[in-house]
Amino acid sequence: MLGAYLPIIVLVIVAALFGLVSVVMSSIIGQKKPSPVKLQPYECGCEPVGSARERFSIKFYLIAMLFILFDIECVFLYPWAVLYKRLGLFGLAEMGLFIVILFVGYIYVWKKGALEWE
Amino acid sequence: MDIQTLFFAVVAAVAILSGILVITCRNPINSALSLVMTFFCLATFYVMLDAPFMAAIQVIVYAGAIMVLIIFVIMLLNVRVESGKKYTHGVLIGSIMAVLLLFEAFYFLNRSSLTGARGMIDANVVQNVGHVELIGRAMYTDFLLPFEITSILLLVAIIGAVILAKKKI
Repeated sequence: MLGAYLPIIVLVIVAALFGLVSVVMSSIIGQKKPSPVKLQPYECGCEPVGSARERFSIKFYLIAMLFILFDIECVFLYPWAVLYKRLGLFGLAEMGLFIVILFVGYIYVWKKGALEWE
Repeated sequence: MDIQTLFFAVVAAVAILSGILVITCRNPINSALSLVMTFFCLATFYVMLDAPFMAAIQVIVYAGAIMVLIIFVIMLLNVRVESGKKYTHGVLIGSIMAVLLLFEAFYFLNRSSLTGARGMIDANVVQNVGHVELIGRAMYTDFLLPFEITSILLLVAIIGAVILAKKKI
């Protein structure tokens, strides 16, 4: 049974090895000449301004919550797409109703300006 | 011990280890990343239980979206590395309860036997028909009303999220 998932397992192992080998090899082979400038956090080449550990705005949280909700909508679309031919017009109608109800939510989000970055 | 049992043992060990790391890590971000590892192990278990669609959902929704939310909460509250203070209250009662629950689980698992008739859908059916199709067939025919109600639940959640997090509505 697990044979069908062998490619995924191989991919996971290769990905883990790639990360591990890169870090280990560079720490073994690479030269180490530490200086205070090198230890600074990288901020697109600019001088770092303040600490990186600042409180994040709730705006990120709002976007993340909306992302989850529409992510769950997508989850429902997968089995529907697989069964689309079998369900026919009936399936189209029920998914249409589902999408329309969520589209009302989408319009609400848009009209309330929750997608604006203010 | 065949290869499948061995694989299960390895994944179970990783799941337990990362679960322990979730509650022992001092840095909350490390805890959150350990939780991602636990979710991936659970997805592997779903695959081993012939439920590949559940595994995909576990990775997409839990390891993806919900972990983003948890990490945003950590950053929103600006939780720092926990100070070295030891929390000792409730440890005794907690451990007694845990041991009792473990004992109870072992007792009933050893004593009882599976009862009832087997369902129509077993591993063979899942592999022949396909897991996604089986779920879809049940959800879009027999459980049509709950499926449509889900959309209203999601709508309520969308409005709730906007009202909670938006400064001026």
